Amino acid sequence: MKIHLTRRYAFAASHRLHSAQLDEEENRLVYGKCNNPYGHGHNYIVEVAVSGPTDPATGMIANLSDLDAFVDREVIEPFDHKYFNEEIAAFLDLVPTTENICIEIFNRLRHFPAARLERVRVEETGRNSFEYLGEPGGSIQ
Amino acid sequence: MIYLTRKIEFSASHLYHNPAFSAEENRRVFGKCNNPHGHGHNYVLEVTIAGDPDPATGMVLDLKELKEVLQREVGDRMDHRFLNYEVPELAGQIPTCENISAVIWRLLEPKIARGRLHRVRLYETPDLFVDCYGEGNGSAGASR
Repeated sequence: MKIHLTRRYAFAASHRLHSAQLDEEENRLVYGKCNNPYGHGHNYIVEVAVSGPTDPATGMIANLSDLDAFVDREVIEPFDHKYFNEEIAAFLDLVPTTENICIEIFNRLRHFPAARLERVRVEETGRNSFEYLGEPGGSIQ
Repeated sequence: MIYLTRKIEFSASHLYHNPAFSAEENRRVFGKCNNPHGHGHNYVLEVTIAGDPDPATGMVLDLKELKEVLQREVGDRMDHRFLNYEVPELAGQIPTCENISAVIWRLLEPKIARGRLHRVRLYETPDLFVDCYGEGNGSAGASR
């Protein structure tokens, strides 16, 4: 049976969308309110899907306490109540759009030892969300 | 190809306990879920059927028929039951979301008269769900 297990997590953080490759006017045009120099925040929701054989002894693909501890350590703890642009190394030179945040989270979780990472989905608000499944052929067993 | 999804809810109790483990091991592996009295959830099941609409009816599968199959195979079997003791298909298995979804897949697959069963999604809570795709040849987004 092919089964994916998905767990939902939440963190709150702030960001500013501003690209060094665009001038001030272009930044305002492209990013609108999100270009506010003081930044703004969201309650992000992260869905993490993993797959693998179900262990007959436990009935589980992965023990949720292991997954929770891993996601907490790699993503929730470092991101919660932070300012992406200045406090998360990956975004010092990268615009913290939810697309890029989704990829960063995937890369932080791809080495989860107990199961294979299938998908990361991030909701920035209840009305927009982004999913990343890794690059074709680039996944790690 | 159209993917049609129907939702059904059921409430049931369960506990996680492996008789091959010591009491200490059971507590360590299963945590609160090892409480011998069991505990319950409001499960939400989303069943997705893939198929092409019948030109005569415009339907992949008659929703009323699907609703009856879900009620008969899942609702009548699992709603307000203690999954460990009252659902024979789960006997000898730990009733995790993974195992329940696989049982539901096996119950439903032969009963789908038109189209084919694509996905069984089972929510144990809004923050925890599994997607079961059967043994099959995968699906868009499910494999790569």
